[in-house]
Parts: sequence; C-alpha cells; structure tokens
Amino acid sequence: MSTYLLRRAFTSVIILIGISLLIFTMLQAINGSPGQIVLGLKASLASVAAWNKAHGYYRPFLVQYFSYMGNLVHGNLGASYKLNEPVATILAQRAPISAYLSGLGLFFAVVIAFPLGIYQAVKRNTLGDNIATTGAFITYSMPVFLLGLLLIQLFALTLHIFPVGAPAAVSQSSSVIGAITDPRAMVLPVATLTLLSVAGYSRYMRSSALDALAQDYIKAARAKGLPERLVLMRHLVRNACLPMVTLLGLSIPALLAGNLITENVFNYPGLGIMFVNALQNEDYPILLAYTLMGGVLTVIGNFVADIALTVADPRIRLA
Amino acid sequence: MFRDVQTLPPVTPPSVAEGGEVTVIQSGWRLGLRSFAENKLAVVGVGILVFFVLFCWIGPFFYHSDTTISNLVNSNSAPGTGNPVGTDSNGFDILGSLMVGGQAALEIGVLAALIATVIGTLWGAIAGLAGGVIDGAMMRVVDVLLSVPLLFVVLIVGARYGASVVSLAVIIGVFSWLAPSRLVRGEVLTLRERDFIAAARSSGSSRSRLVLRHLIPNALSVVVVNITFQVADAILLISYLGFLGFGLTYPVIDWGDMLSNGVSNLLNGYWWEIYPVGACIVLAVMACNLIGDALRDALDVRLRRR
Repeated sequence: MSTYLLRRAFTSVIILIGISLLIFTMLQAINGSPGQIVLGLKASLASVAAWNKAHGYYRPFLVQYFSYMGNLVHGNLGASYKLNEPVATILAQRAPISAYLSGLGLFFAVVIAFPLGIYQAVKRNTLGDNIATTGAFITYSMPVFLLGLLLIQLFALTLHIFPVGAPAAVSQSSSVIGAITDPRAMVLPVATLTLLSVAGYSRYMRSSALDALAQDYIKAARAKGLPERLVLMRHLVRNACLPMVTLLGLSIPALLAGNLITENVFNYPGLGIMFVNALQNEDYPILLAYTLMGGVLTVIGNFVADIALTVADPRIRLA
Repeated sequence: MFRDVQTLPPVTPPSVAEGGEVTVIQSGWRLGLRSFAENKLAVVGVGILVFFVLFCWIGPFFYHSDTTISNLVNSNSAPGTGNPVGTDSNGFDILGSLMVGGQAALEIGVLAALIATVIGTLWGAIAGLAGGVIDGAMMRVVDVLLSVPLLFVVLIVGARYGASVVSLAVIIGVFSWLAPSRLVRGEVLTLRERDFIAAARSSGSSRSRLVLRHLIPNALSVVVVNITFQVADAILLISYLGFLGFGLTYPVIDWGDMLSNGVSNLLNGYWWEIYPVGACIVLAVMACNLIGDALRDALDVRLRRR
C-alpha cells in the first residue's frame, strides 16, 4: 500500500509542477510586461521599458519561471498592481469567508445526498424515486445563477422569509464572524450550492447503491434473516459510500466554480467576487494566483480522497 | 454409386424457415437507433432540440422584430399586445431577442463540442495506441489540465481574447477536450487487443491508418454520447460567461447576456426579462442531457441501466 501511495504522491508532485508551468505560461502570455498597466497609459515607452527591465520581465522564460517558483515556495504569490497589495494578503483575507460558504454547502450536500441516494436505490422506479430523479435532472441542467435567482424570487421577494443578499455584517467588517452570526442570511446562498451539489451526488449515489444492492452479500444477509433495516445499515451503507469518497475529491473544481457564481448572485464578499472584480479590472496576478490555488486544492483533494479510499476499502489495500 | 444418388428423393430447399421469417441482422447502429427511439424521454429531447433549431433560425423569418435600434419609449413593458413576452430595458422585443440569441448559443455550443471532440478523440486514440511512456506523458498533460477549474480558465482567456462566436467556441473547445480523450483512451486500450487490430497490423497498415480507419470508428459510440454532453456543458458555460458580462456584446445578442441584463431588474419585478430566457437555457441543456443519457443506454451495452 505504501508503494502505491508513494507513487501517487510522486504523480501529484509532477501534476503540481505542470499546473504551475501552465499558470506561469498564461501569466506570461497575457500579462508579460505589466509596465504599461502600472505606469498608466500616458507613460513614455522608455520608462515603461525601464520599469519592465528593472522588475525582471525581460529575462529568459525559464529564469523567470524559476524565480516565480522560488517566490511561490516562499509564499509570495505576486502583487496586484490595481489594488496595490500582495495577492497572498487578499487571498488570505477572503479565503475564510468563502471556505465557510463552500464548507456549509458541501456538508449539507453530503448529508442530504447520501440518504437520498440510498432511498432512491432501495425504492427504485417508485414515485418517490422518479420525482427525485426528475428534480435532480432539472437542477443539474440549470445554470447555478438561475437556481439562485429562483430561490431569491421565491423566498426573499415573494415570501419574505430570508433577506435578499449576503449578511450585511460580512461586507462591512470583511470577516467571517459576520457570516457566522447571521445564519438567516446564509440560508439562500448555502441552499443554492447544496441543491446544485445534491443533484450530481444523488445520481451517483443512486447508481453506486444499486450496484451494491445487486451484490451477493446483500442476498446472503437477507437469507440469513437480518431485518431489512440492518441489511441497509450494516452492509449497504458501508459499501455504497466508497465511490462517494472519490466523487468528493473530484468535485472540488465544480465546488470552486459554483462558489464563484453563487457569490456573484448573492453579493457575498468572498473569493468569487474578488475574481469577478479582478476580471473586470484585468488584474491578472490575482486571477492566476486564484486559479493556481484552485489547481493545487484539486490535486491535494484528489490525493486525500485516494488515501481515504485506500484506508476505507480493504480490497485496494490488499490488491 | 451414381445409381444411389438417383434413387434419393429430390431435395427442395425450404422456402420459409420454421418459426417465422428470418430477418436480416441489422448493424449495431440500427439496433441502437431503434432502442433510442423507443425511449420516450429521448424522443422528447430530440423534439425540444428540433423546436429550438426551428425557433432560432426559421422563427425570425416569420416574426419580425428589431434587435439593433433601441426604442426607449417602449422599454420594460410587460407582456401584452405587440410584444408577446414583453420588452427589455433597451426596448427590444424579448421574443425576437430569444430567437436571435439562441442562434449564438447553439452555434457556439455545437462548434465547441466538435472542436473538443476532435482534439480529444485524436489525443486519446494516439495515447491509447502508443502505450508506455508516451501514453503516460500524454495522460499527465490531461491530468494537469483537468486539475485547473474549467470555469476559471475559460473566464480568464475569454475575457482577454474572446468576443465573437468563433473565438468563444475555440476557447471552450480547447479547454474541454480532456473528458473525451480519457474516454477514447479507455476504449482504445480495450480495442487494441482485438483480433481485427492484429490483422490490420499484420497486413501492414501504418499507425495513422490504424487510428483513423480502425480504432476511432469502433470507439465512436462513446464519442457520440460524449458530444451531446459537451454541447450541454458548452451552452451552460456560455450562459455563465454572458451572465458575468464577458460573453458576446451588443449588438450580438446571446441568452446569457439577456439574463445578465434582466437580473438587474429582478427587484423591480420585471419577471419576463429573466424567466423566459432561463427557461430556454434550461430546456436546451435538458434536451441535450436527455439525448445523451438515452444514447448511452442505447449504444453501450456495458452501461445499460438496471
């Protein structure tokens, strides 16, 4: 097992290096000489060239890449010229806020999708299963922002149960405590993320539970005379949750993307709004640093999911 | 010896086999198509797509509305006579805008899916056939590109470079070819061991001929299923791009752009600027997903639903 994990770790490192190379190439292609952006449109060509040379933007590609990697290793993600701040500071300030939203969304998605998928598999092709499948299908085909808009229209504007936007305290104080202390305002954003994830997870969970139900050990457990409840709890649940672990690891890019759109719809001041503002300002250091962070999170998430699967599934360990 | 033959009763060939007529064995595609047609949801999906194609391309011939010259007197008016779905903030009739906007969305969707499928199929087939170090290197490239969130990269490159149908389609296609390449590589790894490949190799076919003439046509069922899902994903991506304001710009209309304009009127209660567009996007994506699911059930025996 440890050789498998070592091999996976080695592959992950190679993929991380590949991601950094890709991001750096994009950075060079799109934003290779930021002297013009920093000094403004009225600066003379000579001063722009001098600025670029002084900051090392005319060095060969590989030299710049190695200095970029050196900076990364020391935690320096570059500096945003539009906001006059190091990118790492901006990311660190906004990350807890976004992590709170995404974490809640993921938590509720797993808590809802897991029993829902098992229910759908056990009662397959009945009315409940068909309603759930249709609902999941429609939600899956909807753009995230439309889902958010529908929730706002229904619950905030028509029924007046929840407020329209994000908690006001978060915008004012820029800290996650404002979000934690206002659960009523967090309901709609979290619900949007949760519904989107549940749509995908429950389809997957249903098919993996169906696969597990067809196995021989379920038949043996029933033949032994175990009550159905125990058959489900003791045998089905444990075996059906294994593919979920892989799915959770693979869904990190989708979670980040959903986060981006949802924060934009609800005006929640996290990393997503930072990304969209940076897009409008053409602030490429922030954009590419966030993309790099997303890539690194994905690789780490996949690796952790692999480890978790190896721990949970003895068949992989002994293979 | 010959006398024995002459005393045998005459043999008449059977005209019809017992048990009914023997039908010609149909090709795999025919069988798949028939099982596809029996799936009611798939027929609904195809119907929705045909409706959208007619609505977007033939509709403007019958329903004339102006989508370039704004008419501020008539802006934001509710559905009524003259404007079946109302007008938006520029005074453009929404039904006409839906028709024209759909053209861009569907064109970009199909073009991006085609680009992604062509690149991905070739990449996966070559990697699967080569095997060894080359296969490992090519698949590591796929892994690297898959780790970066697709939406981010498309947004960054699209905001910088794209503002036309072709450039958006190329950008989406260039970053979406990863899923087909993995699928095709898996198929090719299975097909590689089959006898017909060994026969083709031993009769001296070059590797490019193997890939183009033998491997890809046999992996086509996976590819076709994947195309429909790619179209659905591309339409969703376009709507995200348009919603955030980085899609096509005025005077070219696009569903995502219409939604983005409509959302700013959400609090004013102008529901006709938001929900008809949203319904169009959802229906188009749902139709593609339905067709893709049904094709997968019809064409690929291994994945047949229980």
